[in-house]
Amino acid sequence: MTRKKRRLYILLLCGLGLGSATALTLTAFQDNLVFFRSPSDIMREAPPANRAFRLGGLVEAGSLERGTGADGKPTANFRVTDGAHVIRVSYAGVLPDLFREGQGVVTLGMMQPDGIFRAREVLARHDETYMPPEVADALKRAGHWNPAQGAAPPPAEWNTAPRRGG
Amino acid sequence: MTAKADSSPSGAAPGARSLHRFANPGRFLRASARVQVWLWVAAALVLGAGLVWGLFLSPADWQQGQTVRIMYVHVPMAWLAMGGYTALAVASIMSLIWRHPLADLFARELSPVGALVTALCLATGSLWGRPMWGTWWVWDARLTSVLVLFFLWLGHAALTRAFEDQERGARVGAILALVGIVNIPIVKFSVDWWNTLHQPASVTRLDAPGMHVDILYPLLTCALGFSLLFGAVVLARTRAAVMERRIRALQLARARREEAAGA
Repeated sequence: MTRKKRRLYILLLCGLGLGSATALTLTAFQDNLVFFRSPSDIMREAPPANRAFRLGGLVEAGSLERGTGADGKPTANFRVTDGAHVIRVSYAGVLPDLFREGQGVVTLGMMQPDGIFRAREVLARHDETYMPPEVADALKRAGHWNPAQGAAPPPAEWNTAPRRGG
Repeated sequence: MTAKADSSPSGAAPGARSLHRFANPGRFLRASARVQVWLWVAAALVLGAGLVWGLFLSPADWQQGQTVRIMYVHVPMAWLAMGGYTALAVASIMSLIWRHPLADLFARELSPVGALVTALCLATGSLWGRPMWGTWWVWDARLTSVLVLFFLWLGHAALTRAFEDQERGARVGAILALVGIVNIPIVKFSVDWWNTLHQPASVTRLDAPGMHVDILYPLLTCALGFSLLFGAVVLARTRAAVMERRIRALQLARARREEAAGA
């Protein structure tokens, strides 16, 4: 065995060891690496009381009620859904620009005894779809897509060929 | 250095042997001089066209508006941060197994540029996150793993320069670079393995890209332009390092000659 071959095998062995160690570590910490929990996760395993956590999902269509609190701050009540379960959220403060019904959100806060999630931070989470306004309008007009109801149709339907103008 | 490279054994693999031709610094400098000119010209043309297309001519996004134009810098920087690190790992393997002298210099000159593009990726991402998500920074898996990538780049740049003996520094840096390669799949797949605030990939998907072609094509042009620029900068730095090493060797030889004449 030449020295080059030996170095190659040592390197491969180290890579194998390091790779499996990383994979095992990541699998072990799987639960701690998630950024937010979905309503279904909360229903399956209730978070400990008085512990802040992040709740993520889509803002349910028709659930948003904006108002003004006693201190003059804007307030918002809405429901977060992942399709299977729904959790009511209340929030006082300014919502991000991308916040709307049907949009993904990640909220940080605590579960109240009355079952309402009191959020102290709301972040908007957009999906991986990018399209010009004209294309979005065309899809909405044709009835293929209502942004309040959820994600855009599969890109193969609208992203097949370059299109010019509206 | 040249003597060592020229004595490469005939038992090496064909690919390795052809790469070993460039272990001769003179041959590398001559060949790269021509490549370098074309690289700069191509980078200027493609990046110029891509930036004008992306920043002025392409349409806005239906929900993000004009803010989406940050993507034309952010995404190429992210791709270069990961692609550049993969190149660093390949150079480290060549350095550790075949002791390729040019691979050491290349890795040493690559890491500051890699740190710069990763910093730009983080900065533009932060500027983009504030208006869209509502926050400058979150500790989700994607953002955190890219921050780790940035520290790996910085660590490599510092470590290779921390030793009096350059060869020793290159060896230690190569080991760090190869340990850090486990982070690259984590960066790439973090958005699929765990839920994150960062959205999943738009371009590299199994079905059609989730990005309309009017936005996708300028993005790909910008990515190619930035890659050419990245390649040109790294090549120029590597050439300068080869010439620097040559000058040092000449100075050393002259000092020895004068010492011998004086004695």
